Amino acid sequence: MTDLLEPADPVAEAAAVKSRLGPGWPWLAASFAVALLVLAPVAGLVVFASRGSGGLWPHLLQNVLPVAVRTTVLLLAGVGLSVAVIGVGAAWLVAMFRFPGRRILEVALILPLAVPTYIAAYAYLDVTHPVGPVQTFLRGLLGISDPRGLWFPEIRSLGGAIFLLAFVLYPYVYLPVRALFLMQSASMLEVSRTLGAGPWRSFRTVALPLARPALVVGVSLAMLEALNDIGASEFLGVRTLTVAIYTTWVTRSSIEGAAQIALFMLAIVFVLILVEHRARRSRRYAGPAGRGRAPAPRRLAGWRGLAAALLLSLPVLLGFVVPASYLVLSAVRRVGTRGLPADLGSWIANSVGLAAIAALVAVAVGLVLAYTVRVVRGPLAPFLVRVASVGYALPGTVLAAGLLVPLASLDNLIANAVRSWTGVSPGLLLTGSGAALVFAYVLRFLAVSAGGLEAGLARISPSIDMAARSLGAGPLKTVGRIHLPMLSPALAAAGLLVFVDCMKELPATLLLRPFNFETLATHVYGEAARGTYEDGAVAALAIVLAGLVPVALLARTGRR
Amino acid sequence: MTRLLAGPLLAFGAFCAAVPTALAQEVNVYTTREPGLIQPLLDTFSTETGIKVNTIFVKEGLAERVAAEGENSPADLFNVVDYGNLIELVDRGLTQPVQSEVLTASIPQNLRDPDNQWFALSIRARVAYVSKDRVSDETLTYEDFADPKWKGKVCIRSGQHPYNTSLIAALIAKDGAEAAETWLSGVKENLARKPGGGDRDVARDILAGLCDIGIGNSYYVGLMRSGAGGEEQKPWGEAIRVILPTFKDGKGTHVNVSGAAIAKNAPNLDNAKKLLEFLASDEAQHIYAKANFEYPVKPGIEADPIIAALGPLTIDPLPLTVVAKNRKQASELVDKVGFDE
Repeated sequence: MTDLLEPADPVAEAAAVKSRLGPGWPWLAASFAVALLVLAPVAGLVVFASRGSGGLWPHLLQNVLPVAVRTTVLLLAGVGLSVAVIGVGAAWLVAMFRFPGRRILEVALILPLAVPTYIAAYAYLDVTHPVGPVQTFLRGLLGISDPRGLWFPEIRSLGGAIFLLAFVLYPYVYLPVRALFLMQSASMLEVSRTLGAGPWRSFRTVALPLARPALVVGVSLAMLEALNDIGASEFLGVRTLTVAIYTTWVTRSSIEGAAQIALFMLAIVFVLILVEHRARRSRRYAGPAGRGRAPAPRRLAGWRGLAAALLLSLPVLLGFVVPASYLVLSAVRRVGTRGLPADLGSWIANSVGLAAIAALVAVAVGLVLAYTVRVVRGPLAPFLVRVASVGYALPGTVLAAGLLVPLASLDNLIANAVRSWTGVSPGLLLTGSGAALVFAYVLRFLAVSAGGLEAGLARISPSIDMAARSLGAGPLKTVGRIHLPMLSPALAAAGLLVFVDCMKELPATLLLRPFNFETLATHVYGEAARGTYEDGAVAALAIVLAGLVPVALLARTGRR
Repeated sequence: MTRLLAGPLLAFGAFCAAVPTALAQEVNVYTTREPGLIQPLLDTFSTETGIKVNTIFVKEGLAERVAAEGENSPADLFNVVDYGNLIELVDRGLTQPVQSEVLTASIPQNLRDPDNQWFALSIRARVAYVSKDRVSDETLTYEDFADPKWKGKVCIRSGQHPYNTSLIAALIAKDGAEAAETWLSGVKENLARKPGGGDRDVARDILAGLCDIGIGNSYYVGLMRSGAGGEEQKPWGEAIRVILPTFKDGKGTHVNVSGAAIAKNAPNLDNAKKLLEFLASDEAQHIYAKANFEYPVKPGIEADPIIAALGPLTIDPLPLTVVAKNRKQASELVDKVGFDE
């Protein structure tokens, strides 16, 4: 089916694009510079790793890595599969059918995105604990008095971690796939129907293959997030590779060994990305020039409509309502006894300000990368984009530690130069200000913006460029007047996703922030580390609420 | 769009401008202790001396950050939990010795570095939480946790947590690695659930009947029973009885410390010394005891009543510097017996 979308002659087509958007080398040079910057923390890790880990590997190979690799593979497979099923299923139902509550569910399904995984883990342990509300209620119902008398699934397990991560991370799939289903012109699905395919067959043979780029981007984001997660995994006792890195660093005081495991993990991720990319390279996904009508949703009547509504409420309930109501209750208790934390305003300002700047930068840089892919022929450009996306595959703390080396070297260079000039040391400008944080955020989340923008740009058919050109528009005008407006949903989505991710970001913030600089996430963490969850609940709720605004906006960008 | 940009840009400008200048009276603290814990101490110091305290709360990577910052590092004082972190900072050459009669007079010799590179400021004991209803034992040794009579009844947080590797390292120092490994396997056999969560989850799981005995830090008992960590934690604290265990040699209870060291390149050396001396003062030691339910290091300062009620603490005499040498091996034993699997 995808063959229908292939341009007549891909080579000539690409050459034509190149000439229309000006020469490729400035784009390539810019992308190359970005890739180099992204590799800065990796270089830092290489520096650490090359110091040698003092004979740590025999132990790691024998006692740590076999378990860690197996656990990680199972976790990623479980999360990947679950988010694909939940995300695609929800997107298909919402985009193609009408049923009671659809308009609310369409938006509500994005909400779990605002919940940081570590907060969801705290909440779920509390809620599902034998002395927590759910089990207490069930026992009361069944007349069991002994807390051990009721069997209940244990959240502190691999299965529990998969469950938790899947229901918090599925929006990474739901969002882009839904957007894609909505953008597919109805004609394709109608063609398949007139050719006699039922809804299920249309889904399998037309819609799903078309959604593949979005599905791949979404699933890989969710899997990478699960891979680099430390808060939830450690708390739930799941020994992933990331936990092994962390333990090697903290407990064995070996940043060298930690860097080596991290690089090993990175290498595997990179190979997987390349394999996927090769498999996808031969296909193109641009739709016909006109966007066409949206497919008209079919009405699901009676019990089927009700069933659809109930089914779609489940991810919202488990991924958002449960942790959010836990936070609301805790926050209310805290505010009732001690009022609002005095510094709440400054935490919000710091979090929002930092996240907004990082999101803007990430979108701008992502746009450069995406355009390079469009303008420059050959495998080099997509390769650079993949390189620029590796930040997402690294655990945040490790990325931050790797970043310290190049960043502080630069800082010292500047400080010493200024001192030898003026006699006064200006202090460390990058690590001493928020600049290091913005840099770290952009590196971490560039994959989110670049991936989304690349997919968005790929859907704008080259024939539109040709039309613009033949009507006398130069490259700049084509970008400014045609591409950017058409791309605005993708731009908004990319920016908002990065924003939400930055709001939730914790490990890099902890390590790289300047003096007296508290964000919502660092405050929550400080209280949780102390065990005073209730004191952190107000700030945790603020993270979720601040995330709701962009999430609501995201919901609008997907609509026609 | 420009208006959208203006807010964040202003905020960014503001915190770039907030980079500390060298002119004001101030002191820069890098801390792995949670801000909520030490803020009362620092506020009191600022009020009394007029010296502004700037803090960064870092979790892991404090040593990496300071090492990378090098000679221009703004750090004056490190305030960290776990003696392993203190020793690591010293070993990496990131600290400097302090000669202070105030400190040597306030802090017992076994709780500071022989070369005055670091000073302990508070003590926490690794104690046994046992069920009030289901356990009648009056005393316990750490070795008892491997006794088969507790099969399926023991709860503990991850074996890799520094509090636990420290305990295992002490056992290695006393009885050798082989005995420690046998002990660790025995405890693993007795576990009621996978190691995970925090120390307080041990108390909660005892309340729930998941387990009967467990290991946790002393100050959590104060946090739970006082309701400082939230009202819902009170019943957790009330469900347990606390026993201060010893090793089977009977010499004392295993403890860990929080402490501080002065940075090698401290730009505000005098103020750092003032702050360190303040933290060892009666007033600050009292806050340590009150706000976080830790044992003060300074002789004569009383622990909080909740903690004092746990009974007199006899500290195991094995020096922490000796225990520290076995930490890496302890961590490897945890992996080897698959303690956390």
